Parts: sequence; structure tokens; C-alpha cells
Amino acid sequence: MDETRIQDRSGAGEPSIAELGERPPTHERAIKGGVHTKRIHDSGVKHVSGAARYVDDEPELPGTLQIYIAMSEKAHARIVSLDVSKVRDVPGVACVLTANDIPGQNDYSPVFGDDPIFPQTSGPEALVQYVGQPIFAVAAETIDLARRAAKLAIVEYEELPAAITIEQALAAAGEAGHDLLDPHEMRIGDVDAALEGAPHRVLGRVAVGGQDHFYLEGQIAYSIPLEDGDVLVRSSTQHPSEVQHNVAKMLGVPDHAVTVEVRRMGGGFGGKESQPALFAAVTALAAVKTGRPVKCRLDRDDDMEMTGKRHEVTINYAVGFSGNGRIAAGDFSHLVRCGYSRDLSAAIADRAMFHADNAYSLPAARILSRRLKTHTVSNTAFRGFGGPQGMVGIERVMDRIAFETGIDPLDVRKVNLYPSFDSDRAPGVTPYHMPVTDSIIAELVEELEVTSGYRARREAIRQFNAQSPVLKKGLALTPVKFGISFTTSHLNQAGALVHVYKDGSVHLNHGGTEMGQGLFVKVAQVVAEEFQIDIEKVKITATTTAKVPNTSATAASSGSDLNGMAAQAAARTIKNRLIDYACGRYHVPEEQVVFAANRVLIGNEEKRFADLVGEAYLARISLSSTGFYATPDIHYDRESASGQPFYYFAYGAACSEVVIDMLTGEYKLLRADILHDCGTSLNPAIDRGQIEGGFIQGMGWLTMEELWWDDKGRLKTHAPSTYKIPTANDRPDDLRIAIWEKGENRSDTIYRSKAVGEPPFMLAISVFSALTDAVIAAGDGKAFPDLDAPATPERVLKAVEGVRG
Amino acid sequence: MSDQSAQPIRFLLNGEARSVSGQPATTTLLRYLRETERLTGTKEGCAEGDCGACTVLISENDGNGGLKRRPVNACIQFLPAMNGRAIETVEKLGSHRGADGADALREAMVEGHASQCGFCTPGFVVQLFSAWDGGKLTDRQAVKDQISGNLCRCTGYGPIIDAGETLAKLPKPDTLGEDLALAKRLGDIQNGAIFRYEAESSGGPQLWFAPENVDDLADIYGAHPDATLVAGATDVGLWVTKQHRDLSVLIDISKVRDLQMIEERLGVLYFGAGVTHTEALETLADIHPDLGEMMRRFAGAQIRNAGTVGGNIANGSPIGDLPPCLIALGARLYLRKGEDMRVLDLERFFVEYGKQDRAPGEFVVALEVPRLEDDQRYFAHKISKRFDSDISAVMAAFRLTFDGELVSEARLAFGGMAGVPKRASHAEAVLCGRPFDAVAVRDAQAALAEDFRPLTDMRASSEYRLKAAQNLLERFRLELTAERPARIAGFETGEARGTA
Repeated sequence: MDETRIQDRSGAGEPSIAELGERPPTHERAIKGGVHTKRIHDSGVKHVSGAARYVDDEPELPGTLQIYIAMSEKAHARIVSLDVSKVRDVPGVACVLTANDIPGQNDYSPVFGDDPIFPQTSGPEALVQYVGQPIFAVAAETIDLARRAAKLAIVEYEELPAAITIEQALAAAGEAGHDLLDPHEMRIGDVDAALEGAPHRVLGRVAVGGQDHFYLEGQIAYSIPLEDGDVLVRSSTQHPSEVQHNVAKMLGVPDHAVTVEVRRMGGGFGGKESQPALFAAVTALAAVKTGRPVKCRLDRDDDMEMTGKRHEVTINYAVGFSGNGRIAAGDFSHLVRCGYSRDLSAAIADRAMFHADNAYSLPAARILSRRLKTHTVSNTAFRGFGGPQGMVGIERVMDRIAFETGIDPLDVRKVNLYPSFDSDRAPGVTPYHMPVTDSIIAELVEELEVTSGYRARREAIRQFNAQSPVLKKGLALTPVKFGISFTTSHLNQAGALVHVYKDGSVHLNHGGTEMGQGLFVKVAQVVAEEFQIDIEKVKITATTTAKVPNTSATAASSGSDLNGMAAQAAARTIKNRLIDYACGRYHVPEEQVVFAANRVLIGNEEKRFADLVGEAYLARISLSSTGFYATPDIHYDRESASGQPFYYFAYGAACSEVVIDMLTGEYKLLRADILHDCGTSLNPAIDRGQIEGGFIQGMGWLTMEELWWDDKGRLKTHAPSTYKIPTANDRPDDLRIAIWEKGENRSDTIYRSKAVGEPPFMLAISVFSALTDAVIAAGDGKAFPDLDAPATPERVLKAVEGVRG
Repeated sequence: MSDQSAQPIRFLLNGEARSVSGQPATTTLLRYLRETERLTGTKEGCAEGDCGACTVLISENDGNGGLKRRPVNACIQFLPAMNGRAIETVEKLGSHRGADGADALREAMVEGHASQCGFCTPGFVVQLFSAWDGGKLTDRQAVKDQISGNLCRCTGYGPIIDAGETLAKLPKPDTLGEDLALAKRLGDIQNGAIFRYEAESSGGPQLWFAPENVDDLADIYGAHPDATLVAGATDVGLWVTKQHRDLSVLIDISKVRDLQMIEERLGVLYFGAGVTHTEALETLADIHPDLGEMMRRFAGAQIRNAGTVGGNIANGSPIGDLPPCLIALGARLYLRKGEDMRVLDLERFFVEYGKQDRAPGEFVVALEVPRLEDDQRYFAHKISKRFDSDISAVMAAFRLTFDGELVSEARLAFGGMAGVPKRASHAEAVLCGRPFDAVAVRDAQAALAEDFRPLTDMRASSEYRLKAAQNLLERFRLELTAERPARIAGFETGEARGTA
């Protein structure tokens, strides 16, 4: 179609369709990049050439100021005085920001209003509550100047007692008479009676450490002042709407005055959900005050000291079971280290409880969760959102029951799995009273047991261990059942905006953000599939609060489920308009308008998609639409701790084999077999990437990644030199990953796919259990090893010593 | 040299000549690339050389008319150190040589889904390409070793390793012609025998010297005894990027040819202080395979390409991996001040935490390392939370000399056990004059508790350090028996790890 012609305002009259230069359509059998194909990541080519732009790569506007945020040196202290006058006097410093400069609310929290951007400089609120807490910020011509100037501030502290560890937090909570957040309990059946009546009972405890996100791109925000006091913020965030709202609330302006944009993040993993609001707020404040663009890009060490991590959790368990390993009752208590503020800890601790059963049907269960305050950074969302910690508890119980009964741990697990959806048995019911009606875990575990050669390898390991005095091997096959949906039900909504341009190209926008997980390409595949056009015709665009409002965080593995549906709805609206147009124009019934690969069949005619679009434009048909989706059928009543918080469950299982050195505690993962359920995968290549990446990240969490605070509350592992995430050599060469071919979501999700962002993370619990198995092999069989996570060589050696009598 | 006037920093960037003045001497190459050149493909992930996102490929004259090429971390390289060198960044990788490899790698990465968030990707691409170009991508294990200094948080590495393997199968390009041409271009932009750069930084005026011969180095250092010596900047770089220290006079010793030799005379090896870890690796591995394994795990390839043997010793770190290994071997250090040279047993160099036996203006010239005799047995074992590129919790290195069945001399050196790398004199005494059997080990283990009261910190507790050190003695004994339990670090490949 001739573009200039149809935009002609010369008055030459409307062109007839015959004059439009329509071309006959091509006849591909299928479009490029439809759903269920292994489409490459949309930014792959840009990644490998360095052309993909992150916030710090965008050209800075002239006059851009750089922010340095000065941090507390004390874990808990009253600020007696803060004198920044010398900082202000340094040439090149444009402004110094303290709590006194904030026109609106001094808070960047997601929910509870307890995350001050800066502490007050006097009065009862003049408190710092962790080492690394922002106290004030300096905006200067260069970051070096800002940092140098900040050193001239004089902060006088009056130290207060600080709780750093869970034990100290428990004591402090006892003194205070309350926890940071109220305890929560889930309960099914009569636990005490069932425990009492069970043939066997054991008690135990497992401590699970936290984890730093270590997104490769650190926290960053860039604010540009606009007219009317408005601000445009480029933020590396999973939650643009919340950043927008927090900036507006801080400035005391309506949300409409703030636009937040994010094209891509260099990794998020949950660490860019609630925390980016801080950096956005600080830059926006400086931008509004100075009228200049302002950037804040954290140094890695500052990032690791200033921002929250995965929650450390200590789990106490009591479990009653019969001689065949079947659990009669499980009683769990979670002690959750939340840090200094509430942040997302309520929902995270809840999700740990929601996964205390993992894939096992518990006839009676009680899960008590206490959310404790420590004077350390406020812990936050991290892939799995508490779920992994909850699961470690029950997987430890499985290993323990196996040890006590002498039954193979896999058999103990199998006897406790939720019944299959198609089995004769009644569905199991979770401790939050939700029937598990879509379980496939038994079949999936059976399949992995065979494909991993579990039984033969179990025997081979037994033989190896019998003749190896220093090295011992361990094996474990563990399942995963992960609930999909935000457990805060109202968050399960999403919006999209689709434009079709006159030339048939498509502009796609939705509320989800791209952090590497491949959401953008998946949603583009959905839109390409809906219109039946090649994916190259679909332009993927940056997430912005100006196009799709009131979005939820790209989190809870929900990105494709929610935004895929919303984008499909938007595309379908436009498609229906095109169908209506074609029916009217060509006098055919609706069912005779069929979208095929890059063309549309209209009765006996066929046209290129672009040509039909061009015609529809001339016929004044709207070619733009929003789309909206809200997950149906979910509800949860927190009062009674019951309901249907999840739309469905994602399943998977992994079998890991390790070897340990009884003299040093060193160990290695030798092989892992993974079978994971992605429903009918939207993109098997992208999903496989999530599975492998999640597994290795989970392995890091449970093995080498150790957060270490000294007794003053200073995090000493705040850089990659001291905080060790896995490298290429930690990945076993023998890593066999399969997507479950029979997978199909029983719930009506986008093309019956399943969420995949978080569930594979927990496959790594198999590594932790395999280490436990190896330590048992190192012992005399009398004592069970209470191995805690992360299982560093030091903890493994300690566990070995503990079981050697 | 004092009459020599200041010069601009001259280098080639992606093939184009640059002549730079006015940048502080401690400007990192990364900041220069991103902020001045706007080459933003090179990323900052940590600014301390631990993540590899900033990897660039450096070429320089090898002194023999050829080229030395190596990938390094741009985040801790100072800009003046680029004088006379060529830099290639991800944006133009392969545009001058090895285009086939660069294209094949990029394609394999994209088609193999080897990037997710993409932030680490440019670093991997440059590192893999450089390793291939340098003939180091021999097999899958080599691919993994070469990228152990590159962190990826998304992929789990599998697809990246696969892409590296694809590249490894491609023949290394014949680029002799291009090499010679580039060497000549680099020769043309050298700034004479002593490069001198002056700059103004926010901390005050700065002076940078880069001499080419050791006598000039001695003179300059004599005239500026407070100067900071910089070789690979793998430590000094962090003084700037992390500690934000102001450095006013810096002497770049990476161009001093006399410090770059590796020689062997009568069974004794001599390493110039400026020899990089990469250059030393093969020779050290030839002394004993444990040394090769220690060096492989020493750091990422980019750090090994920049950091030097002399630097690892001279900085006096209590947890440096090399000093205990060398002390056990009976290594000696050559130090020079002005015209004066002295020789020192390596263990005597480390006086106490943060203090070395080195006078102002005195510098390490070379290291003397005797090879093992037939009657000597050696053992080196590093324990860290992560195998690759981690700082050790305990580094143990032992050399026993046998007279028949009996131990005639014991050298037991440890890192991570005290404020300095240190020998276990009590345990050594216990072992001498008797067979190295289980009883002797038990006695020596008890004596170790007298030798060391190690620290508890984020790497390990005091108890673990002592226990692991004690157990390593037992492991040494077992490795000398027929049983020879394999090491975990090399378990997968099942490499034989015998004792010399």
C-alpha cells in the first residue's frame, strides 16, 4: 500500500481499493515465531553485540547530576545530629537531600509505610535501623565529587541495642511483646492427636540462609524533570507502577505526574520489585529540586549493603509417621528473619507456609510462622518468594523419615505425594484447605526415577561408598509443586496495549517487564499467533506507566500468564474488528474470515494481512486496543487461612548426585537429571533456560552463597570477591534437562502453558538432600546430620563430624 | 627522566588511534570507554574484577616483534596503562581479525539461547573470543576454565559453554600478517623508554611513570619512594574503585622487560616480578600438578592475565594463594633498592599483618623457586567456598624431604591461618626424623593447634580452619599411599593427581 497516498490531504479524493497496490499474499504454512516454537530471545542479537541498552547505557542529557547515597554505619542508633553543611559547600555539589527536603511522604515501602527514604534528622523518627541504610544523598557533577563531598558530613549516633541474628530477634520480640508482623497459622486436621497417635515421631530443626540477588546490573534510576513539575523516570524495576506511585507520593503529586519506563533489566530475581522505588525517589527529588536530570547508579558493594535479600528462615519440625514412611501429621514452625521493616515479608512468609507441604499430602498439619525484626537490611522478594524455604523444611522431614525407617528416601517421598488428578483416590487437601486437583507429580516422579536410573545408581553409590573411606557419594530425587498466582488476589490482573499500523506492523505493549526471562518474546509470540503474522512484524516496546496503568509487579512467575492473556485480549479485539469489517465489506459470514499465515482468507478471496489492515484503516476502523485479564476462581481468606489462592500448580522433579570429601567438607555436584512441567510450553527454549538457570541459582543458594554479618550488623559478604555465586565449573557437565512432554495445564491459561520463572529454582533442593545423603553415608548410622544451608564445606565437615560418633 | 615532559596516552581503540590527555591517571579503562567513548557494550558489574562483564581484549608488543594478546577486566585497568596498547571492545570484536570466529560465536550464543538478561553477555563474548583467538579453547573443560571469571546469574552457564565449544571447534585464525601490522602500529605509538603522564584528579595532581627497563624503574622509585607500584592493577585498581584512595604518583611496571623473564638455571626457576599468573601457570604446573591446579583456580582468566607473581607476594595478603605454595618449596625473593640487591627467604618477607620486609623505594625483582628433588614430596590444596576464583579459607602447601622412610625436612606452609602466610614450625618439628605415618600425622595435627590460632571471618570459622588444616596433613599422607583418594575439585574429570 502506498503510505503517502493514503495520508494525502490534497483533496484528491479517496483512493479506491483497486488503487492501493495490494499484492497477492504469500503462502507459508506457518508463521515465524508462533506459540510453542523455540523462538530466540528478542534481544539476543543485541546482547551479543553490546547493542542492548540498559538504563546506564542511554545517553545522558547535558547537565546530568550523579547521586551518591550516604549510608548508616550503625545497625541501630538514634541520630543525635546530622550536619551536612560542609557537604553543601563543596564546589560541584548541586544539592544535598535529607528527610527535610521531601515534600510528600518520606516512604518508599510497598505496603506498610515503614521504609523511610531518609531518616528524620531529629526527633523520635531520627533512627537508623541497619548498617547501609540511606541517611542522606548528594547530587553533584560527578559521582566522585558526590562521594567525596558526602564524607564531609558529620553524623552523631547514639547507639541502641541491635538484634542481628534470629536468636537475638526472638529475644527482642519477647521483650517487646510483639513481632514485626503478627504470627500466622495454617491448620488442617487434629495435629496434636495425630502426632500422639503416630507410630513414630521425630523432632528436628533446619536453618536456611538468605541469598543476595546478584543481578548483574545493579540498582539504577535516571530521572528527567518535565514541565508542570512532572518527572520521567527510567528505572531498572520489575514494578514500574509501584515506582511511579512511590515517586508521586514522595513528591506529593498525583500519580499522573510521574511516568516510569523500563525497557529491560540486567536481571531482577525479585530484587527489583520493591527496592527500585528508593533510587527512583531520590533521583526524582533531586531532579525536581534542581531542574536537572539526575542519575543514581549504585556501586556493587553499596547495592549489596543497601538492598534486601532472600529471607533467612529457621524451621522447627515435629512429624509423626507410620512404619512405611507415610506421614500422619506435620507440625512446622517458621522463624523468619525479615530485617528492619515489613516490606513484602508478610506475603513472603505466607508463601513459605503455602509450600510447607510441597508435593506431599499431609493428613494433619500445622504451620506457624513468626516474622521477626532484625536490625539488618529489610529482606525482600527473591525467586520463589519464601516458597523454597518452606519446601526445604518438608524435604528435610522426608530425609529424616527415611533415616529413621531405613526406607529409601525416594520411597518415603512417593508414599506421601499428592494423588494424581486422574487417580481413584480423593484429591489431597493442602494445609490451607485447597484441594489439589491437578496433581501430576506421582507420574512425573515415576518417569524421572526411570530416566535418571535412580535405583541402579543408588546401588552403585552404595558400593562406591563401601570401598571409599574418604569420599562419599549421595543421591536424592526431590519433587516440586509450586502454586501459581499472587496470593494477594487482587494483584492477579494485567493490561496490554496493541496498535496495528496501516502497513500491518504491530506495536505491542503490556504491563510486564523484561528482566531476561523472555517474557517479551513470549507475549510477542502470542500476538503473532493471534494475528497469524510473523513475529518480526511485532515490535516489542519498553514498559511504561503511560501506556498501561496500574500494573502488578512482574513477579510470582505470573508474567506470561497474565500479560500473555491481556495481550491476546487486545489483539483479539482488533482482530474481531477486522473480521467485522471483512464480513461487511465482502459479504461473507464471520466463520469465512480466517487468519492464516500472514494472510486472511475471506470467503474465496485471500489477502495479505497488511492489505486487509490498510483497507480497514480507510474504512475508519480502530486499529488500536487495550486488553485486560484477571485470573478467575482465586480467593484466600487470611482470617481462616483457607481458600484457593492458586489458579494451578506447576510441578517438577530433580535427581542430584554429589560427592563429598570427609576430610575437608568439600563437595561437588556430579550429575543432575531434571524433569519439569511447563504445561504446553509457549517457548520450550526460553523455558529450558529458566529451568537450568533456576536450578543453578537454587544450587548456589543452598551451597556456596553465604551471607555473613559480623556482630555489629555489618554485612561482610558484599561483593563478588566475598559472596560467591556459581561459576561455569560449578555446573555439572552431566546435566540432563527435559520438559515434561505430557504437560498440559488443566486450567485455562494462555495456550495451556504453565509459569516457569520460579518453580525450577526449588529443583535444587535435590542437591541439598543429596549432600545430606552423602553425609549420612559418612557416618555410623546412629545420628542424623543436621546440615544447615548454605551447605558450605565448613557446614558439611561439621555435619560429617557430627555423625561419626 | 625528570626533564622529560608529560605525554598524552596513546593507544588504539578498535583500530582507531587515540591520544588522550586531561583524564585523571586513575581513570579506569571502563569509565573511559563508557563515558568518554560512549562504548556502552562493556558493562560494569562489580568494579573489582570478579564478574567479567567489563572484559576487553588488549594487544601489545611482545618485545620480539610479535603480539601479546589477552582479555582483561577494564574496570580495574587504569587508562595510562593503555599507552602503547590496543583495545578491542565487544562492539567491534572480530572486525580486524578473526571475523569468522566472532560471527560464529555470536550466532552460537543467539541460536543457543545463551543470553537471558544479557548484561553479562558482552563479557562472555569477548572472553570466549579472546581465548579462542589465543588458542586456549581446546576442549569443553578449557571453555569452562576460561570463563570462570565471568559471572552469569540467569542461564546456569550451559548454553554459554555450548557456544564456547562450538567456537572451540573452529580453527584458530592465521593472523600473522595482521599481527605484524598491528605490532608495527603499536611500535609507532610508543612514548619512548619512559612514558610519563601528568594529570589532575579530584584528589590533586597525579604523576604516572611507565619505564621499560629495570634501572630506570630503580631510579624513578628512588626519586619517588612513596609512589604506588602498579603491575596488573588487580589489587591497586580496587584501592581506587572500592576504597576511593587518592594516588598521586604511580609507577607502571608492566612494561619493564627485565621483570618479565622466566628462566631456569640448574634446577632452579627464576620468575621476574612482572610475570603474569597466566605466564607462570605452565612452569609452576611443571614443578607439580597441584601448583597447576592451584593456579587454575587462582582467579578468573582475566585476573590471571593481568595480575603478577610479584604483585601477589608484594601486597602481603594473608590469604594470597601463591606465597604458601612457594614457601613450602623454599622460594627466595630478590629485592632491589637503587643499585642494591638483596635476597630473602620468602617467609621472612611477611613480617606481620599488613607489614612486609620492604623498605621505601625497594621493589621485588624476581622470585627464585627450586624444583623438587627426587626425595621430596609436595602437596598443595586450596579450600574455598567456591572452587574457582575464590579467596581461600585455608591454603595449605607441604614439602617433605625423605631420607629413606624418614622425614628429614618438613616445610608446612599455610595461608588463611594467621595474619601472614606462615610455616607451622611446631608441626614441622614433630614430623622430622620419623616416618610420615598415621601416628606422625596425629602428632603433627596436635602441634598445628600450637602453631595457629586462626581468625573467624566470612570465609570460615577458626575451628574449621584449624580442623581442615589438620585434616589436610592426613590427606597428604593418604595421597602418598596406594589409596590416593581423588580430590573433589578434579573429581569429575577423574584426573590422576599423583605426587611428584
